[in-house]
Amino acid sequence: MDRIPILRMNEFLLVTIQVDMHDRLAMTLQDDLTEQIVRHRARGVLIDISSLEVVDSFIGRMIGNIAAMSRVLDAETVVVGMRPAVAITLVELGLSLPGVRTALSVDKGMDLLRTSFHGTPNGAS
Amino acid sequence: MTEHETRPIRSSEDVVIVRQLVRAWAIRLGFSLVDQTKIVTAASELARNTVDYGGGGIVRLEALSDGRRIGLRLTFEDKGPGIEDLALALKDGYTSGGGLGLGLGGAKRLSNDFELVSKPGEGTRVSITRWR
Amino acid sequence: MTRSASRLPDILKQNDADILRDWVKEQLATLRPEAMSESSLREQTQRFFGLLRDAVQSGELGDITGPAWTGVREMLTDLSQSRATFGYTPSETAMFVLSLKQPLFTRLRQDVGRDAEALADEVWTATLLLDKLALFTTEVYQKGREALISRQQHEMLELSTPVVQLWDNVLALPLIGTLDSARTQVVMENLLHKIVDTGAAIAIIDITGVPTVDTLVAQHLLKTVAAARLMGADCIISGIRPQIAQTIVHLGVELASVVTKATLADAFAIALQKTGATIGKPAGR
Repeated sequence: MDRIPILRMNEFLLVTIQVDMHDRLAMTLQDDLTEQIVRHRARGVLIDISSLEVVDSFIGRMIGNIAAMSRVLDAETVVVGMRPAVAITLVELGLSLPGVRTALSVDKGMDLLRTSFHGTPNGAS
Repeated sequence: MTEHETRPIRSSEDVVIVRQLVRAWAIRLGFSLVDQTKIVTAASELARNTVDYGGGGIVRLEALSDGRRIGLRLTFEDKGPGIEDLALALKDGYTSGGGLGLGLGGAKRLSNDFELVSKPGEGTRVSITRWR
Repeated sequence: MTRSASRLPDILKQNDADILRDWVKEQLATLRPEAMSESSLREQTQRFFGLLRDAVQSGELGDITGPAWTGVREMLTDLSQSRATFGYTPSETAMFVLSLKQPLFTRLRQDVGRDAEALADEVWTATLLLDKLALFTTEVYQKGREALISRQQHEMLELSTPVVQLWDNVLALPLIGTLDSARTQVVMENLLHKIVDTGAAIAIIDITGVPTVDTLVAQHLLKTVAAARLMGADCIISGIRPQIAQTIVHLGVELASVVTKATLADAFAIALQKTGATIGKPAGR
């Protein structure tokens, strides 16, 4: 069965979702991510959804779950690159993803994570 | 252009196919990007309901025109257990499955016209229309 | 209706000066004096009369869609479109053709005389023809107005949605005028796209120039703030007037989750602070 690849960058994990996921694939990603957070003692997770043209309530819930679970595992989740049309639709749908941090791009998301762990975006304390 | 098309929905892979099909129709009918995204998202919610609660069914896509505007109507039909309390099913946050309970209410908010017909024991038909 | 029987072509040919004079007089009586000068009206009427006279010679009196009527149609199209643009009413536009009835019928009566049946036939033929031409002007007029309105609407939306970059990472959207639901939607979509294009972290929506806000518009504003947050940008709403603050509270719209500031300047200061930029007066002054 196909899986969505998870990249490890030092203490952070990066997931780039590029396919229109069916529900089981989304569930698998949720399982894989939590497993990897623990294995690599990751401090942060970046989920890049800039390729996604649709986020419905199921995928929205999956993203919310990942954020909540990683928080329990002492890692922070940032969702990056949500498209305007997707954001407008999600709000209309009634899903505002409270508790999930967001950023415009992977770079900015990385800065956000570094700042929250080291106090500066450059990684130096 | 074909004026209507019908597709079976049986699995979560079919939900993805319905999303792509609805997107193609919305583009062909000249919908704006935001309108495309709204109706595709609504279709995704309803197609998933058809699989999860109706035990599978069909979707029918139709191009409409009322002389002034162009519209896309999607009708989802299943022969599942049906819905006991329609008002409750439409309420945000209510779910009989494991979801967020935003499916029906969300689909209604994302479309211009919404029609829900269901008889316990006979099945459910949901029809949504979005005008360009 | 027999084509050869109509005296219309001959009458138009033989009495052109008389008919033209009376027709211009008819129009001057119905037209607002400031609408057009007498000389340009006379010139317009004369040109059209020539085209009409030639078209009628073809004998095709029942069908104005044929090639014989091309010149007439073209001139009517130009005339209706320009009248639509210059603010004439539809009646004023149709009257151009309809005011020819009176002078034409007078000549018909003189020419056909006492033969009541023939006169009725001639009048009927002429009426049908002129009504068709008048309806044609109305149709073109309508299309001209619609095109004008949709162009103006589009231009207005473009003009009314200037998203400006105030600083690195800071955008501002100064809203002016009445916000209806459709306009708010366009404005907000624009803002979200601009956020993506510029990578701005903060967007200030300034509503100092907005006289009133209803529930729907307030909800659109809140939805925009929520959508921007999902994309990774923060919004600040500034310039909320006392009346609007009252409306918002009375409507029960939840603004607690949104950062609001009294003025655009205050919002800008907060935005700079959040993005880590500072502006200060030079030291030693």
